Amino acid sequence: MRAHFSRLAEHLRSQLQAGEAFTLWLSAERTDFVRFNHGKVRQAGQVAQSYLDIKLAQGEKHVSQNLSLAGNDDDLPLIDRILIELRAALQDVADDPYMLLNAAPQSSERLDATVLPPSETMVEDILAAAAGVDLVGILAAGPVQYGFANSQGQLNWQETVSWNFDWSLYAHGDKAVKRGSAGKAWSSEQLRTEIAEAREQLALLKRPVKTLAPGSYRAYFTPAALAELLSMLNWGGYSEKQLRAKRSPLLKLADGELSFSSMLTVTEDTLQGLAPAFQAEGFIKPDSVPLISAGKYAGSLVSPRTAKEYGIAGNGAGTWESSESLDVAAGSLPHQDVLKALGTGLYVSNLWYLNFSDRMAGRVTGMTRFATFWVENGEIVAPLNVMRFDDSLYRLLGSELEALTVERELLADPGSYGARSSASARLPGALVRAVNLVL
Amino acid sequence: MFDTMEQRFRALKTRADFCALRYVEEDGETLAVRQGVAEPLRRRLDRGAMITVLHKGGYGYAATADCSSAGLQAALDRATAWAEATAGHAVYDYSQIRLPKPEGRYLGPGAEQALDWNRKALLDLLLDESAAAKAGDERIVDWSAELSRLAVRQRYVTMGGGAVEQAFQMLIPGLSVTAFADGESQTRSLGGQYGGICRQGGMEIVSEAGLLGAGRRVADEALELLAAPNCPSGTMDLLLMPEQMMLQIHESIGHPLELDRILGDERNYAGTSFVTLDMFGHYQYGSPLLNVTYDPRQRNEFAAYGWDDDGAVADKVWLIADGVLQKPLGGEISQARARAAGFDIGGVANSRACNWNRPPIDRMANLNIEPGDKRMDELVAGIERGVLMNTNVSWSIDDSRNKFQFSCEYGRLIENGELKGVVKNPGYRGISATFWRSLKAVGNAATFDVMGTPNCGKGEPNQAVRVGHASPACVFADVDVFGGEA
Repeated sequence: MRAHFSRLAEHLRSQLQAGEAFTLWLSAERTDFVRFNHGKVRQAGQVAQSYLDIKLAQGEKHVSQNLSLAGNDDDLPLIDRILIELRAALQDVADDPYMLLNAAPQSSERLDATVLPPSETMVEDILAAAAGVDLVGILAAGPVQYGFANSQGQLNWQETVSWNFDWSLYAHGDKAVKRGSAGKAWSSEQLRTEIAEAREQLALLKRPVKTLAPGSYRAYFTPAALAELLSMLNWGGYSEKQLRAKRSPLLKLADGELSFSSMLTVTEDTLQGLAPAFQAEGFIKPDSVPLISAGKYAGSLVSPRTAKEYGIAGNGAGTWESSESLDVAAGSLPHQDVLKALGTGLYVSNLWYLNFSDRMAGRVTGMTRFATFWVENGEIVAPLNVMRFDDSLYRLLGSELEALTVERELLADPGSYGARSSASARLPGALVRAVNLVL
Repeated sequence: MFDTMEQRFRALKTRADFCALRYVEEDGETLAVRQGVAEPLRRRLDRGAMITVLHKGGYGYAATADCSSAGLQAALDRATAWAEATAGHAVYDYSQIRLPKPEGRYLGPGAEQALDWNRKALLDLLLDESAAAKAGDERIVDWSAELSRLAVRQRYVTMGGGAVEQAFQMLIPGLSVTAFADGESQTRSLGGQYGGICRQGGMEIVSEAGLLGAGRRVADEALELLAAPNCPSGTMDLLLMPEQMMLQIHESIGHPLELDRILGDERNYAGTSFVTLDMFGHYQYGSPLLNVTYDPRQRNEFAAYGWDDDGAVADKVWLIADGVLQKPLGGEISQARARAAGFDIGGVANSRACNWNRPPIDRMANLNIEPGDKRMDELVAGIERGVLMNTNVSWSIDDSRNKFQFSCEYGRLIENGELKGVVKNPGYRGISATFWRSLKAVGNAATFDVMGTPNCGKGEPNQAVRVGHASPACVFADVDVFGGEA
């Protein structure tokens, strides 16, 4: 695909007319998706797709086209046709005062040339390890490629061969052990170990279920649960544009009116993440961007368009100015001491379906899911029926935050809307003094 | 291209028990303006094919945009290989099902002719509405408007006979205004901030949606909200308008009735359902006033179609009649799986994929509440103390689709049968299994409106599909209502 992408860029350069410029962004993958239910296969298949974004600019005008590619010679006449249509569209649009393209070409290449076993072998491993248990989930495996090119000759490429297995083992009803793992090398032994460990944990979920009354409770949020809480800040929270538009849930943080706990430090860490270090206008992302430092506002994600609009420096963010490689600093609570430190309260393995109940106040609601336990005197007593919380992030991660764990987990996003996600988050677990349960 | 694709497919070599081709073309464009400046023009052309194979009891698929004969043959071979590799390990013995081999053609409204898409005039319209929203008011800090068009054309072909072609034309207008003062902001929109006014048809949708004149009207409501008190908390009656009813239907009727959820497919991602296979035919889902239909033949709704993506013909089906649960939202394969489990409960033609590169699964389509007999003034008059809420802004529900909490952009108090002042940050929470039984009045056809969403998320791999919801205004008794942070 890299050679084809370079060929398309070369072809476009040869077709340009005076005063024209272009950028190309490619997102491609050939993924085997295998879906499991009840420890068996529900649907198995392969998706081979390549999407190209072409931006054609002339002076201060520009228009963009997203295009599915065949990956062969058929793409050249297609691009010629699209070029004609884009030129016509340029006549209909006004100058864009906020267009900003990278004028300092910087090419790069990152190849992870690992080789995975055939996906059929991975499926056999999963079926064997899950024999006799109610496993449900999805395996995604295969190469993922990102490319950027422009009329100035810049070319950036990232290619990874990877797998992501997102799964749960069900005990009964809605009670399950949720797990997810990803990597560039496949180990059947590691898989067997992880599923065997999950099998053992099913015993806890088979205990009689406890139902809590609404109220305020101590709680420990695992890294996966904390990731769900922090994901709400990705709904415009880190976006400079949304701050300026007064729609950011971090507006009161940026204005200095509210703050989080001094334990909370959040960084966009492109260097340690899985997402590409380049973006669709050709800008290279800095290794890291501080977002929240010791509970205070430290910065935002600034796309080239926002940078131009407000006359500020950009930092290589994409159009939506959302985090793709989140890093939350570790705390001082050893994981082995979590239950003891929690004492009596909720051990929340997973949260689900969060949304704002008052965006500007940072107030969010959501549900516990999969395995949430009631803990008494440092020991797990019973699984809990799902509960709804409604609380302010400024409280949960501010006045009520008691500790973050020493250990952190790297969570690779298993999402695949439109294409496999390259987002990731590295974060600790969080112990809070009180979370407000409402239903 | 469509005839060529069918010819290439029919010429492929296969040993599969069953195979089908679904070729899809999507052509779209979005015009948008923000704060008086046109946003970058975005166009989209997406073409590709999905080949589905049932073989030796296994199920396999392969999707490709390489639509040459060689590309399609490679996809067919890969799909067949997956069917063979998983045969004997599948949740269902797919050799037991005979998928339809349909014949026909369906043209949605507006699909039969070219759209009158005058970019310059439409951009001017959006700029005018945007300017009317701002109108020099310093409290208006963000204002935007957009209009998207999408043409979808697809052909479904089964080997050994059967071909269906369908074409759709869709429009999505939107407008949003944010007002800010004294550290507080309120956002009001036309039909919601997530494409709630999405319909099939031509340019008539622009005026039907109320885009003309929306800039000033929406901005005035944002300013009203900015000055309004928070919605009160407490147990009271709730009058939901169609822009919120669509979300209420979607989350607490649509998703729970999806048969693949009930069969457990979604437990790792979108969740399960509080509804079980044994409930159909007798479970009291709502009050006797509740009548819910799956209606893919409501032509101007977003998910109207003639056949689903497994080739089943689409007709109107009553899912809930007089409050009693009748049928699930399940396509041919899910129905067969339910029968194999001992539950012959029927279903609908809702096996749908979001595009050529995802396999069909059970989805909502047009899921509607049938109108009742109450005029709007009668709905209000029947409420002693309550709140009217309109336009969804927040949605959250548990993985069994039971405990929910929703918020709206706009609220108005109702006291002694009369509409009173505006309230901000209105929200409510409840439990699906009991909420619908508190339905105490249903509006007539004059209160009915057609809404939908372009982005209903579900499935592994993930899919965001187009869904339609039409509903009258409805009143619910004794609901737990709340407002924003004090």
